[in-house]
Amino acid sequence: MSTDINNFTAKDLITDQEVRWCPGCGDYSILKQVQTVLPELGLKREDIVFISGIGCSSRFPYYMETYGMHSIHGRATAIASGLKSVRNDLSVWIITGDGDSLSIGGNHFIHLLRRNFNVNILLFNNEIYGLTKGQYSPTTQTGQVTKSSPYGALDHAFNPAALCLGADASFVARSMDRDPLHLRQMLKRTHEHQGAAVLEIYQNCNVFNDGAFEVFTEKTTKKGNTLFVTHGEPLIFGESNNKGIVLEGTTPRVVDLENTSTNDLWIHDEQDRNKANILVRMFDNPSDDSLPRPFGVFYSENRPCYEDLMIEQVEEVTNKFGKGNLDALLRGKSVYEIK
Amino acid sequence: MNFSTEVKEDVTIMFAGDSGDGIQLTGAQFTDTTALFGNDISTFPNFPAEIRAPQGTVAGVSGFQLHFGSAKMNTPGDELDVLVVMNAAALKVNLKNLKKGGIIVANTDGFDPKNLKLAKYPEGVNPLKNGSLEGFKVYEIDVTKHTKSALQDSGLGTKEAERSKNMFVLGFIYWMYNRNLDNTIKFIEEKFKKRPDIIEANLKVLHAGFNFGETSEAVGTRYEVKPAPMPKGMYRGIMGNQATALGLIAAAEKSGLNLFYGTYPITPASDILHELSKFKNFGVKTYQAEDEIAAVCAAIGASFGGALGVTGSSGPGIALKTEAIGLALMLELPLVIVNVQRGGPSTGLPTKTEQADLLQAVYGRNGEAPVAVVAAKTPSNCFDMVFEACRLALEFMTPVMFLSDGYIANGAEPWRFPLANDLKAIPVSFAKEKNQGDKFMPYLRDEKLARPWAVPGVAGLEHRIGGIEKEDITGNISYDPDNHEKMVKTRAAKIAGIASYIPLQTIDQGAENADVLLLGWGGTYGALRNAVSELLAEGLSVAHAHLTYLNPFPKNLESLLRKHKYILIPELNNGQLVKIIRDKFLIDAQSLTKIQGLPFYTTDIKNAVYAILKKHSENLVCN
Repeated sequence: MSTDINNFTAKDLITDQEVRWCPGCGDYSILKQVQTVLPELGLKREDIVFISGIGCSSRFPYYMETYGMHSIHGRATAIASGLKSVRNDLSVWIITGDGDSLSIGGNHFIHLLRRNFNVNILLFNNEIYGLTKGQYSPTTQTGQVTKSSPYGALDHAFNPAALCLGADASFVARSMDRDPLHLRQMLKRTHEHQGAAVLEIYQNCNVFNDGAFEVFTEKTTKKGNTLFVTHGEPLIFGESNNKGIVLEGTTPRVVDLENTSTNDLWIHDEQDRNKANILVRMFDNPSDDSLPRPFGVFYSENRPCYEDLMIEQVEEVTNKFGKGNLDALLRGKSVYEIK
Repeated sequence: MNFSTEVKEDVTIMFAGDSGDGIQLTGAQFTDTTALFGNDISTFPNFPAEIRAPQGTVAGVSGFQLHFGSAKMNTPGDELDVLVVMNAAALKVNLKNLKKGGIIVANTDGFDPKNLKLAKYPEGVNPLKNGSLEGFKVYEIDVTKHTKSALQDSGLGTKEAERSKNMFVLGFIYWMYNRNLDNTIKFIEEKFKKRPDIIEANLKVLHAGFNFGETSEAVGTRYEVKPAPMPKGMYRGIMGNQATALGLIAAAEKSGLNLFYGTYPITPASDILHELSKFKNFGVKTYQAEDEIAAVCAAIGASFGGALGVTGSSGPGIALKTEAIGLALMLELPLVIVNVQRGGPSTGLPTKTEQADLLQAVYGRNGEAPVAVVAAKTPSNCFDMVFEACRLALEFMTPVMFLSDGYIANGAEPWRFPLANDLKAIPVSFAKEKNQGDKFMPYLRDEKLARPWAVPGVAGLEHRIGGIEKEDITGNISYDPDNHEKMVKTRAAKIAGIASYIPLQTIDQGAENADVLLLGWGGTYGALRNAVSELLAEGLSVAHAHLTYLNPFPKNLESLLRKHKYILIPELNNGQLVKIIRDKFLIDAQSLTKIQGLPFYTTDIKNAVYAILKKHSENLVCN
């Protein structure tokens, strides 16, 4: 990125507000990576807007020296839709959590995706309600004991990436708080996508759901349980990159690379919606013979953004009928005079 | 033929029939022609609640009520002078509203055994034949037969031919009231310009209806309703929802902002969306959101971005928007909320009118959450008051609720429309620079207590706003007890301060110190005006003041009220404004309520006034 466009550094993004997340919260890392990446994106700081709903993650805008709005529970997506409708020049970042986006704000979330506003959605998934002190969320594992499920949660957990694809999201990716390098890469990809881009970020809540993603983030277990996908590359993972994924029909299977050539592996194609659907369904609870949990950009598609279509329609209608004249509008079609 | 001609001051006609009978079109045509003639007019359509209710049934009756005359017409009329019915069901539904001695024009083909059965008349009973309509003037016309015979050589199929039968009725009524066919002829030629055969058929039938009046011996009287002495100028017809849409566009133009209308379909507010969505060439962006909450939130987002953010709905939708309205008042962003009230609670009476959302508008949010509230009193007044709502929202950086109702939203009247130049500009200034040394303080206020509107894109003004209590001036999160109290009081003072920037309350009719003051608000204006005119003519000491600013009230309201001995507050609810007036002023205002999904009739109001005067006659005589 050329430096002449940048008018700010990561430091310039720090506000005078004290960051009030719990010590050890995964949110700190995400904040740091966002502040690191933003100056590299060629944006003007004043054109950046962070909009959040309610929840721990939604405090995020207060810590970003950009324009920002900390709104109400679940509605950041709806507010951002309105903002983008009138201001397609802005870089709008939605900060939301699993409860905020998938529970109370589920409706706005899926509709934003289908409309494809050009926004970046950072979905901090910690599989718990943190701000309200530990109730199960729509991504909490079935059976998990939480404050509000002392005998185990009955709910079937959402698979956020699958939900996004189901809602026709044009960009779906996943990363984690504890892999800063990957997270920065994914943040950049999310920004670069023209359209509604969802980046699900596994984020550890060390107070109410500590270790929820441990097997994916800890050095000892990470390699065996995670799969980092790259466009055009075969799906390889494992302690010593010794395993791969092949597709048998529509079923993914783990193979040992001692017996299988990498040429036979599933090659990741971000534009393949069908394969993306299979990829995001690799959502097993980690075990010895389970499929690894994928990370990276699962799907990316170019399709018109809603705010641009709105502008085009205004232009089309204006070209057809001419710019609106208030006097003509007030007169209407049928007038008469009383003399 | 020789006809007598009777001069009438005003006439109320109801066209009624099946929803497929073209009733609304017939009514609209008669309205246009009558307006052109120079009568004043007030109209109201009455649709069946079901979109495709079974033909011929009572549930499927569509009506169009029109009141026209040679004076100011304040309402669509209480009782009918003329009832035009295309079938038995239409008669059954509307007969109770017909004046004694009124005229019934009945399409006899709609009273065949099948239609009588569909209308649930007992076996063998035909109201046209059994003497039950004695006391009314009944003109029985086989409209279907006349229509068919007018079109026998047209080559049109029976079904297509029958579709023109509303034109026969229209032609006949035009004859009855001495009206010119030109406007309708022009309309038909325009509407069907791609189907010359349909134009010809409709015109033939229209003329046939007119000529039937001329030649038939059945009708001996024609009526003359002279033009009304209306103020000179250019007029058009306007419905309330249409006026609301135009008012929003005008406010956007006069403030130099782009209009963003976020909404979700709901009766009776959807027509505002339909209307606005046509005018993209004014830069209007309409956004049909996934739900009511998204609609208001998108409007807030648009407002944050520097557009004129507006959302519109009816009671149930407003309930859903409540939390977001609270957010907007905390963010102190401009937002206009249009509430076209309908009968409640819950789903209530979607197609019927009521004024039962006043308390919701003024008080209905969590926390201490004042917003400004204005209301329209007539269909065309929707234009003025929604324009005002936009002005207040922009000048005071606040949500403003604009109340309309199903009655004025669908009602229509002639409108002496303004010129764009006559509308006052709404000054808007976006923050451009830091306002406190080298810092930008998003909650530093001006003399109106409004905070600066700093939209994204301006370097140096980056700031964060949110729903958590803000620190005075900085806008940072604050849980400080004193600060919270100060902010609550400041937000209240800002809304209260609007009183200095709105017109003083005036008396609409009557003396400034009358015995009884009728204090109304919103869509009951016409009915109150009629009642008070009549009471004044009877020599009674009454007056009428009508509120369009409901929060805050005009500054002089209390002193104005105190000049009258008795205050009567008629409302289409269970008594809401009366609560606020009593609360604010400790005035013993009395309540007149009607909660039937219907407007007030003149007699409802007059009787209430008589009762007060009778009860207090001794006091009044003493004075």
